Amino acid sequence: MIRFILNNKLVQSDDPPGMLLLDLIRYREHLSGTKIGCREGDCGACTVLTGEWKGGQVVYRPVVSCLTALGNVHQKHVVTVEGLNMKELSFLQQAICEESGTQCGFCTPGFIVSMAGFCLSENAPTHARALAAVDGNICRCTGYKSIERALSKVAALLRERQGDAMTFAVDHGILPAYFKEIPGRLAELSLQPNGVLHERKGSRFLGGGTDLYVKDHAGMSQADLEFLSTEESLKGIVLEEGRCSIGGAATVSDLKESPIIRQAFPHFDQYARLISSTPIRNIATVAGNFVNASPIGDLTVFFLALDASLTLSDGVSRRELPLRKFYKGYKLLDKAPEEFIEKISFPMPDKNERFHFEKVSKRTHLDIASVNTAMQVKMSGTGTIVEGHLSAGGVGPVPAYLTKTSSLLKGEKPDSHLLARVIGAAQQEISPISDVRGTADYKRLLLSNLIKAHFLTLFPHLPVEDLL
Amino acid sequence: MKHIDSAKHTRGESIYLDDIPLLQGTLFAAAFGSPLAHGTIRRLDLSDAEQCPGVVRIFTFKDVRGENQIGGIIPDEPLFAENHVHFIGMPLALVVAESDAAARHAVGKIKADIDPWPVVTDPRVAQANGELIVPPRTFRLGDTEKAWSLCEHIVEGRTDTNGQEHLYIETQGAYAVPLEDQTIRVYSSTQAPTAVQRAVSKITGLAMNALDIEVTRLGGGFGGKEDQANVWAALVALACLHLKKPVKYALPRVDDMVMTGKRHPYSSDFKLGLDKDLRIVAYEVDFYQNAGAAADLSPAVLERTLFHSTNSYFIPNVRATAYSCRTHLPPNTAFRGFGGPQGMFVIEAAIAKAAETLNISAALIQKRNLQRTGDEFPYGQRAVSEAHACWQKAEDLYDADALRKQVDSFNMKNALFKKGLAFMPVCFGISFTKTLLNQARAQVHVYTDGSVSVSTGAVEMGQGVNTKMLQVAATTFSIDPALVKIQATSTWKIANTSPTAASATADLNGKAVLMACTEIVGRLKDVAAAELNTPPGNIELHNGMVYVDGSPTGMTWKQLVMAAYIRRVSLSEHAHYATPEIHFDAAREKGHPFSYHVYGTAIVIVTLDCLRGRYTIDAVKVVHDFGTSMNPQIDRGQIEGGIVQGIGWMTMEEVVYDESGRLRSNTLSTYKIPDIYSVPAEIAIDFLHTDRDNLAIFRSKAVGEPPLMYGIGAYFALRNAIHAFNAGAALPFDAPMTPEKALMALYQKQVKHVAG
Repeated sequence: MIRFILNNKLVQSDDPPGMLLLDLIRYREHLSGTKIGCREGDCGACTVLTGEWKGGQVVYRPVVSCLTALGNVHQKHVVTVEGLNMKELSFLQQAICEESGTQCGFCTPGFIVSMAGFCLSENAPTHARALAAVDGNICRCTGYKSIERALSKVAALLRERQGDAMTFAVDHGILPAYFKEIPGRLAELSLQPNGVLHERKGSRFLGGGTDLYVKDHAGMSQADLEFLSTEESLKGIVLEEGRCSIGGAATVSDLKESPIIRQAFPHFDQYARLISSTPIRNIATVAGNFVNASPIGDLTVFFLALDASLTLSDGVSRRELPLRKFYKGYKLLDKAPEEFIEKISFPMPDKNERFHFEKVSKRTHLDIASVNTAMQVKMSGTGTIVEGHLSAGGVGPVPAYLTKTSSLLKGEKPDSHLLARVIGAAQQEISPISDVRGTADYKRLLLSNLIKAHFLTLFPHLPVEDLL
Repeated sequence: MKHIDSAKHTRGESIYLDDIPLLQGTLFAAAFGSPLAHGTIRRLDLSDAEQCPGVVRIFTFKDVRGENQIGGIIPDEPLFAENHVHFIGMPLALVVAESDAAARHAVGKIKADIDPWPVVTDPRVAQANGELIVPPRTFRLGDTEKAWSLCEHIVEGRTDTNGQEHLYIETQGAYAVPLEDQTIRVYSSTQAPTAVQRAVSKITGLAMNALDIEVTRLGGGFGGKEDQANVWAALVALACLHLKKPVKYALPRVDDMVMTGKRHPYSSDFKLGLDKDLRIVAYEVDFYQNAGAAADLSPAVLERTLFHSTNSYFIPNVRATAYSCRTHLPPNTAFRGFGGPQGMFVIEAAIAKAAETLNISAALIQKRNLQRTGDEFPYGQRAVSEAHACWQKAEDLYDADALRKQVDSFNMKNALFKKGLAFMPVCFGISFTKTLLNQARAQVHVYTDGSVSVSTGAVEMGQGVNTKMLQVAATTFSIDPALVKIQATSTWKIANTSPTAASATADLNGKAVLMACTEIVGRLKDVAAAELNTPPGNIELHNGMVYVDGSPTGMTWKQLVMAAYIRRVSLSEHAHYATPEIHFDAAREKGHPFSYHVYGTAIVIVTLDCLRGRYTIDAVKVVHDFGTSMNPQIDRGQIEGGIVQGIGWMTMEEVVYDESGRLRSNTLSTYKIPDIYSVPAEIAIDFLHTDRDNLAIFRSKAVGEPPLMYGIGAYFALRNAIHAFNAGAALPFDAPMTPEKALMALYQKQVKHVAG
C-alpha cells in the first residue's frame, strides 16, 4: 500500500504503484487544478510539489505528475494547487493576478506550484532563480512578461527572508499554515508499520520515469516495477579515494546541488540549465540518462568526456565497466536485463584539468539537443595538452567518445592548427543522419563550431579571429 | 479592471472541459485516424478491437444518422472517411468504451487495409495539378503591367512561410450528455458554438433547437478551435445519440497534433518595383496557400491574405492573386492573423530584397511608403491611417537612430555575436471579411436583487472578452461590477452566433450588450421618473444610485430594480447588433469590408550567436494604435502574448511533415514553442491614444490578432544579423529562421567572410 500526504490529507492507495500521480490526483481525488497538457513532461501544466523528509526537515521539489509513479511519492508530501489555496489569495496568486500573468488560465496552476517551489527553496532568491523556477512551465497566451513581473515581486519579498524558507512562506501568506505540521506528519508516516512500499522485487526497473512513461504510459502503469529512486543507497554523491562517486538514482538536481560536483565543475549550473527543466531535473536520474541510450543523452555525453566508470549490479554481484564501452550500437547496451547501474564514478579533476560542455537545440532550454559535446583537457605547466577527451552526441547511433580525435590532442599546444586538425578528425569519426533535430550537414557544421567553442572557452588566451 | 477569471485561474478552480464532473455512466471515446495520407479503403477490420475489454461499440460512417458532412464553407469534408482517405489522422472509426484507457487500447487493434495513392504536400504541385479548393482570386489596383516601365528598380523573388501549431495548452475535446426528448447537450471546447451546433445537427439529423452547445471557457484557442472543434463534438454527439449515454472525448496531445490542421503554410512569388525616390510603384504577388485536404476555413483565410497583401503601405499598382491548393495534409485552419501574417510576410520580404539589392536599410523604403488617410487599399476601401503616427512615434520615443548606432557599434566590436534590427509596421482590418458574420446578440437579465446576468455569443479563451462584456454592462448600468455575472456561452441562450474570431468579438458582442443594457436603462429611468415625479430626462444612474438633475435621491439601484418589477416593467432584454457601413462585392473584389483598421509599428532587435546559430530577442519596442483602450491591462497582455506567438512562428516553431504526409513534429518534444527564456528581454508597449470616433466598442480598438504580426520583425532582424556576419549570404525568404537555418546561412561557403 502506498501512503502519502496529498495536500492536507493522508492518502492510502491500493492502486498499482506504477499508476501516474497525475491520474490519481485528477481522477481518483478529483482535484482538477492539476492540468493535462502533454503527458510527457514538456509543458508543466501538471506540476506538483513533492516534499521529502530529509534529516530533520522536508525538502520540497516541483515535479511533473504526468511522469511520476505513485511508488515514487510513497511517504512524501504531495502538493497540488489546491494545497496552496487559502481563504484569500496567497501572495503568489495575488502577484499573478496583479500583473495579469494569467489569460486562459490552463497553465496557471502549474506556474503557481512552481513558484511555490521557488519559495520553498533555501537558495538565495535571485531574479535568475525565480525565472529558472518556471523553466518547465509553458504558457501560450501571455508571452511570459507579466509572469516575469510577478516573479520579480515574489523574489523581492523573499529577499527579506531570515530563517527557514517554509516558516517565512507561511508567515508571509505564501503557504497555508498546515505546512508547519507536515514535517511531524511525514516523520510519523515514515515510522509507521507497513510503511514499506513493496516487499518483493519487481521485474522492471524504474528510476525517475521521465523516459519510460513518455514511451509507454499505459504499459508502465500496470508494470511490475522495481523502484530505484526510493533506494537511499543509490542516491549519494561522495568522494572516494580521489574519485567522485554518484549513486545511480541521483537526479540531475542532486548533481547541481552537490558541493563535490560544484567543486569539480564550477560552471555546472550553466550546463544544467541546458538540460531539460527544473521539474524534470528533479526526478530524472543520471543512470536513466545512460540506459536510455539516446544518441543525444546530455549527461551521457557529459560523462563520456570524463572517463567515467559504471558499477552494474544484478542485486547479487557487481561489475565495473567504462561508460565508453557501455554502448554497443543504436540503443544496444552492455547490460543484462537484471542489471541496474548502482553508481557512476570518475576521477576528481585537479587544477590542471579543464572541462566544458556545449549543447545546441532548436529551443535553447527544455529541448533535446541537435548536437551536444563535452571536452576535457589536462594541461601541463607549459601550456601543452597532456591529454584530452572529446565526446559528442547527435552525430552517430550512440553517444560517442571520439577516440581518434581525442588522441590528437595529446602533447599538443592548443592553437588554430590543432583546432583545424581536431575538427577534421572529428568529421571523419562521426556519421550524423538527417532527422527532426536537423540535417546531417547541419550537425556536422554544428559540431565543428562547438569544438571551436570548446577551444575558445578552454584556451581563452587564443585570439578569436584565429579560431573562426 | 483585472481579468475576471484571474483569481479562479490561480487557485486552479476554473473549469475546463476535462474538469466537468462526470455523470454516472459516462463512456469514453477515441478516434481511429487514417494511417495513410491518400488512398482507397479496401477493408476496415474492427473485429479485434470489438473484442477488447470495456469496448461498448465502434462507430463508422454507417452510423451517421444525418449527413456524413462537417464542411463549413464548402461541404467537402466527411466526418468519417467512407471510401477514401485524404490525410493522416482522418477519422475512420470511433471507439466508445467504459474507460479512456480501454478506448485507446482498442483503437490500437483496428486494422485498415488501404490502397495507397500518390501524396501531394506541396501547394505549388497541387496548383499545377489543378487541385484548387476554390477558384483563384485576384485583387487589383491601378495597372501593374503599365507601371513596370515607371520603375527604376525591380526585384523578384520567392518566399515560404511554414505552418504553425496552435498548441493551446488545453487540447480539443467534447462531452455529450443525453437529455430527454432526443435532445443533447454538448460541452465543447470550441470558439464557435453555432458551428458545432450545425455540425452536430447535420451528423445526428437532430434539429438545431435540440442541441445545446455550452462553453464556459477554453484553455486557449488561437483559431484552432474555430472550425476544428466540430469533429470531436459531432463524434461524441453521434455516439451519445446511439447509446443514450454521456460520451466524452478529451484528446491526447498527439491525437490533437496529428489530426488537426494548423496555420496555413504559404509559398509565394513577388515582383516589386520602386521609383528613384524609393516609392513603391507596383507590386505583383502570387500566393500558393497549402489548404490541406478540405476547405475548412481556407477560402476565408485566403481572402484575408489578399486584404493584407500590402500591409501598411500605399501601392498605386497592385495585382495580387491567391490559390487555395488542396494537398494531403489535415485541413489547415484559422490561426491568429488568419492569412494576414502570410500576406504581410511577402511584402516585407519584397521590401527587404529591394533594400538588400540597393544596399540600403529596409526602413527607408518602409517609411517612405506608409499609407496615409484617404489612400486606397487594393480592395477599394479608403484608409483612416495611423501608420505614420505609429512609425514616427516609435522612431522618436525609442530613439531609433541611437538604437541603430548601438547595433552597428556592437557589430564592429564583436566577432562572435551580431545584432540585427528591423522595423515591422502592421495594418490589420477589423471585421469578419464575410460581411454576414458581423452580427451578434446579447441577453441581459436584471434580477430583483439587483444582480445582472449577461449572455453573449462570445467565448472566453483567455483574451478577456468576458471581462470586457462585464465592463460594458457595469458601465452602462453604472453599478458595481461585482453585481454582474457573465454566463457560459450557450446556443440555447444565444442563437446563430458568429465564432469568437477575427478580433471582432468584443466589438460585436459588446455593442449588443451595450444596446441591451441601454434599453433596460431607458426603462429604468422611466420607472425612476414615475417614482420620483420628474421627467425621465432628469434621471441619471450613477454608481448604483439614482440621481435627479445631478443630485442624489437616495434611491438605490436595487430599489429601482424592485420598483420596476413591481410596476411590471421588463428587466430583460435581448439585443441584436449588426456592424453598419461594411460591405464587399466579391465579384468585383471591391468594397468596404472593415469597420476600421488597427495600426502599429514595432522595432525588433536580436542578437545572434554566430558560432552556435542560436539567438536571443533583445527587444521589441512597439507603438500600437489602441484607439481608447477600455482595459489597458488586458490589451497589454494581448500585445505581449501576440508578439511572442508571432516570434515563435518566425523562429523556432517548425511544423515538419514528411513526404508521405506524416507529421514528424507531433509532440511537445519535437515541436517547440517559446518558453520563458526565449521571449524578448524587453517588450516596450506605447499606447497610441486616438479619440477619433470609430466603430469599436467604447472606441477601444480590437487587439487580438494585430500584435502577432510584430513577430515578423524578428525574422528580418535575424536576416540583418546574419548579413552583419556574412554580408554576401544568399538567404532564401524561408521562415521560420530556426537556429539550423541561421547557422547554415552564417557559414554559406561561396561568400566572403567579413567578420570583425
